Amino acid sequence: MARITLSNLAHSYLAAPKSDADFALKEMDHVWEDGGAYALLGASGCGKTTLLNIISGLVRPSQGRVLFGERDVTDAATPDRNIAQVFQFPVVYDTMTVRDNLAFPLRNRGMSADYVASRVQQIARMIGMEEGLGRKARGLTADAKQKISLGRGMVREDVNAILFDEPLTVIDPHMKWELRTQLKSLHRQFGHTMIYVTHDQTEALTFADRVVVMHEGRVVQMGTPQDLFDLPAHTFVGYFIGSPGMNVLDATVEGDRARIGDTVIALGARYGRPEGRVQIGVRPEFVSVSDGEGLPVTLNRVEDVGRHRILRASHAGRELNAVLPEGGTLPAGPLRLVFDPAHTLVYADDWRVRPEGTSFERAA
Amino acid sequence: MDKPVNQKAWFLVIPVLVLVAFSAVIPLMTVVNYSVQDTFGNNEFFWAGLDWFDEMVHSDRLWDAFWRQVLFSAIILAIEVPLGIYVALNMPKKGLWASVCLVLMSLPLLIPFNVVGTIWQIFGRVDIGLLGHTLAAMGIDYNYTNDPFDAWATIIVMDVWHWTSLIALLCYAGLQSIPQAYYQAAEIDQASRWKVFRYIELPKMQGVLLIAVLLRFMDSFMIYTEPFVVTGGGPGNATTFLSIDLVKMAVGQFDLGPAAAFSLMYFLVILLVSWVFYTVMTNLDREEAGR
Repeated sequence: MARITLSNLAHSYLAAPKSDADFALKEMDHVWEDGGAYALLGASGCGKTTLLNIISGLVRPSQGRVLFGERDVTDAATPDRNIAQVFQFPVVYDTMTVRDNLAFPLRNRGMSADYVASRVQQIARMIGMEEGLGRKARGLTADAKQKISLGRGMVREDVNAILFDEPLTVIDPHMKWELRTQLKSLHRQFGHTMIYVTHDQTEALTFADRVVVMHEGRVVQMGTPQDLFDLPAHTFVGYFIGSPGMNVLDATVEGDRARIGDTVIALGARYGRPEGRVQIGVRPEFVSVSDGEGLPVTLNRVEDVGRHRILRASHAGRELNAVLPEGGTLPAGPLRLVFDPAHTLVYADDWRVRPEGTSFERAA
Repeated sequence: MDKPVNQKAWFLVIPVLVLVAFSAVIPLMTVVNYSVQDTFGNNEFFWAGLDWFDEMVHSDRLWDAFWRQVLFSAIILAIEVPLGIYVALNMPKKGLWASVCLVLMSLPLLIPFNVVGTIWQIFGRVDIGLLGHTLAAMGIDYNYTNDPFDAWATIIVMDVWHWTSLIALLCYAGLQSIPQAYYQAAEIDQASRWKVFRYIELPKMQGVLLIAVLLRFMDSFMIYTEPFVVTGGGPGNATTFLSIDLVKMAVGQFDLGPAAAFSLMYFLVILLVSWVFYTVMTNLDREEAGR
C-alpha cells in the first residue's frame, strides 16, 4: 500500500499533440493518500478511465511522473506495480473454474496453496459465490461474472491500490447496493487505497471519503462530499453534484454586491472586481421564495418529490431551481427568489473566486 | 397446439433432391455398383458380392498406403497447427503491416494445387532448382527423386508452405476478436505470457482451431495433386498416398471393382475420423459450459 502521487501529469492519445484540446488529460498534480476511498466522478469521456489506466500502468502518460510512495513507477509495467483493477465489463477466464479464477492473481504471485485456498474461500463468501466455486466460469450470467471480476480484484491483500472502473454497470440495482456496501466494509477492514470511477453521483457519494470530479480532462475538484456540496470549485461541480444542480447566473460583481439586471444581490463576503465571465452560483437548497425583494422570476412548475418540493422557474431565459420545504404556500403576486448570502458563490470563467481576505482555498 | 399437417410440402424439397442426386447420390451409387461387380471387358459384369471389400481389407498395398497417409497427416498437422498459431500470435494487429501480412499470407492459398506442385518440383531439382541446387552446393546430398526421406521432406515442406497460412489466418481472426480488456486484466493479475496464451488466447481460438484442424485433416488425408506432380508417388511407393494409389488402381490398372471398394472405404474412414474429431472437440466445449 502506498500513497499515489501524480506529478505534472498529462496524456494525449495522439503522437504529437498540438493544442490543449488534443490532450485527453490536461496537466495535473494530485496526491492520493494511502488508504483513502476515492470516487472519480465525471461525465462520460472526461478522461476518468485514462487516468485510471495511467495509475495502473496500462497507459503510459505522455508527460509527468507517477509515484507510489517514494518510488517512481512511471515506466514500470503493470505487473510490477502490484495493483488491482476491475473493468466496466466482466473479464473472466472462461476455461477456469470460479475458484481458479479467484485464485489466479495469488497463484501468479506464487502464494502457498493453503493461503490461496483460505483466501479464495473468504472472497467467495464476500461476493456470495461460495456455492458455485467448482463451476466453470463460462456460461455464468453477466453479473456473476462481474462478481468474479470484483473478487479477483480484491483477492490480493498486499496491492498498492484497487481501481474500479464503473464496475457495477452490468449489475442489477439491488445487487449494486449490496456490493457497494461490501466494498465499503472491505475498505474499512483492510484499508486499501481504492479509486472508484463512476458517473453516478449517488454511487460516488456513498462510496467515497473523498470525491474527485473530472471535467474535460481536468480534475476540477477533489474533496469530501460536503466540500463539493458547499463550495464547488468549478461550475461543473455545481451542476454535476446535487439534484437539482447549482443555479448559475451571469452577473456583475463588485465588492460584496452582485447585480443581475436591476436586482442587487448580497454576497457573504467581498470579492473585489473579478474579471472574465462572472457568474454567481447558489444551490437550490439555499434559495427561498419572497414576495417583497429578490430576483423576479417566472414560475414554470412545482414538483413534489416527497420530502420537499422543487420549484422550477426562469429568469431571462435561464432556468432556476429552488428546494422548498413541504407545505407552505407560494405568494399570490409576482414571484421573487432570495439567495442565502452565506451560500452564494462567485465564479469567474467557471472557476470559483476566493473572497478577499481568505488566504487558503478550502476545497482545493 | 396441433401443427398443421400438409404432406404436399415435400414437393418443395424435390429440386434440392434432384440436385443432390445428380451431384452426389448417383455418382456415389455408381461406385457402389462397381464395388460389388467384376468384369472381364466387353462391358459384361458379374456379381462379386463383398469379395472386393474382403480383398482390399487384406491388401498390404492398401494398408501401406493407409499408414503412409496417416503418418503424413499426423506430421503436417503437428507442424502446421503450432506454426500457424505462432504466426498468428506474431502478426501485427492493425495498421499497414497487418494488411501486408494478410495479403502475403493468403497468396499460397490462391495458387492452384498443380501449380504449387510444379513450383516445388522445379524448386527442388538439383540441376536447375534454387533449393536443390543450393543444398547440393552446400554439400548436402539431396535428391527427392531417389531418396524417400528427401521426397517426404520436400512434400511436407511444400504442404506446410501451402497451408500453414490457412491455420494462421483462421487463428488470427480468432485472436482479433479478443477484447483488449482481457489482456489488461491479465496484466493486472500478473499473468505470464504463457498463461495469457493458455487461458485467454487458446480458449478464444478453440472454435476456429477446430475448423482449421478438421479442414487440414480432411485435405491432407485426400492429398493427391501436389505429391503426384512432385514425386508421382515415388521413389518406389514411398510417397504413394491413398488417393494416388486409388487413381493408379482405377485409371492406371483399370481395376474398377477393387478401386471402387477401396474408395468407399476411404470415404468412410475420412467421414469417421472427421466425425470423431468434431464430436470430441464439441463435447469438450459443452462439458465446460455445462458444468
